[in-house]
Amino acid sequence: MSNIPSELKYVTSHEWVRVESDGIVTVGITEHAQGLLGDMVFVELPDVGDAITTGDDVAVAESVKAASDIYAPVSGEVVEINEELEDSPELVNSDAFGDGWLFKVKLDDASELESLLDAEGYANSIDED
Amino acid sequence: MTNKTVLHAKHLESNAKMVDFYGWEMPINYGSQIEEHHAVRQNAGMFDVSHMTIVDVQGADAKEFLRYLVINDVAKLTVAGKALYTGMLNEEAGVIDDLIIYFFSDTDYRLVVNSATREKDLAWMNKQSAGFDITITERPEYGMIAVQGPQAKAKVANLLNDAETAAVDGMKPFFGVQVGDLFIATTGYTGEDGYEIIVPDSAAEEFWQKLLDQGVVPCGLGARDTLRLEAGMNLYGLDMDESVSPLAANMAWTISWEPEDRDFIGRAALTAQKEAGDQPKLVGLVLEEKGVLRTGQKIITELGEGPLFEGIITSGTFSPTLEHSVALARVPRSVKVGDTVEVEMRKKLVKVTVTKPSFVRNGKKVF
Repeated sequence: MSNIPSELKYVTSHEWVRVESDGIVTVGITEHAQGLLGDMVFVELPDVGDAITTGDDVAVAESVKAASDIYAPVSGEVVEINEELEDSPELVNSDAFGDGWLFKVKLDDASELESLLDAEGYANSIDED
Repeated sequence: MTNKTVLHAKHLESNAKMVDFYGWEMPINYGSQIEEHHAVRQNAGMFDVSHMTIVDVQGADAKEFLRYLVINDVAKLTVAGKALYTGMLNEEAGVIDDLIIYFFSDTDYRLVVNSATREKDLAWMNKQSAGFDITITERPEYGMIAVQGPQAKAKVANLLNDAETAAVDGMKPFFGVQVGDLFIATTGYTGEDGYEIIVPDSAAEEFWQKLLDQGVVPCGLGARDTLRLEAGMNLYGLDMDESVSPLAANMAWTISWEPEDRDFIGRAALTAQKEAGDQPKLVGLVLEEKGVLRTGQKIITELGEGPLFEGIITSGTFSPTLEHSVALARVPRSVKVGDTVEVEMRKKLVKVTVTKPSFVRNGKKVF
């Protein structure tokens, strides 16, 4: 069973959300997801300033095995992207919940966080896969 | 039913991620397929290929049978141990399988065929053997380990006894020799130096462990695929199958047209295809910008519109050695090396360069 930190929020499409301060959240993909995809070779991120809407495909994680869309888990404006991934996409494999983060979003509506899964809910969703 | 190779427990000990591969539970990687890939290009890696099917063909008519069964001519094999890569066709000149044939004598040959095609291969061989004085014997009691990479032979050498060392001393590429319990061959599927070693089931785990102790890195099917693709070697089921002619799969070099009076299965259809000159061909594609070419993506050429002028990627991947994507693709015959064609990737068209279907050999870029 892979690691699922309890302080994060999740969606069933395997993105995680960490609540930072001032209505900003950090988004990444879970350890379970990187394990399914295998060695990452490219990560295509949105641009800073992009307005994204929950459910949009906003990024692509391309591994040796497959290309996988990454969906916006929340709506808002992209305020920062992880530029380290340009040269080191393998950070998504080695540290999915830390250095392998993808982008940060300024939330349109903080109440949207309440509809996300907690760690237990996400763990149940992977069991059903 | 899931088959397990004799090395299954060793894979689990090394924390392999196991997947189903045509009914066999096989390691896809042991953590990182890219690191495994680099181990083979730079040092030494090993693959459990015990799932592959070993078939011995023996008897008074063994030579005549194989001259009829496959498109290359085993009569070219005259030195004991010499191996031949070739294809086995149906009457319509579609590829039933690709295989390696080792020659021991005119009455004694060993074939290594794909595991995914095991049943149909054996059925086909048995059917075609009617009237030939031969026996066809599958050898499931053996494991097979491919040790590949620039340091592979040196590391294996540390494990061999005097007789084995003498037997492999100076062995040229594409030879095999039986010495004691081991069958050691200078063949492989990576484009690197190394051996494929057939070992009795009872000795396989110990041999694998000794290789691990020598620092040989266990590698899974993931790395095996990126290595063979960089080397431009076909994978049956992707780059060719029963609907594809060897002329359309970069296998023309494995056909012996001479002597003209040798009858082999598929010869009439193959001759007609050659005369018509209308078979597509297998080329390499290189994408130097971001993105990964994938199996099944459509290729659009400047020749015109419609299926006649299009091609398809038969296998594509990210090349860990070159750090960009490469692919094998079947395209119209008039497409030339050096041309630019377009690939439909994730809803957009991307320009790629056409190359010969070979990208990396012995650790170096070759296009």
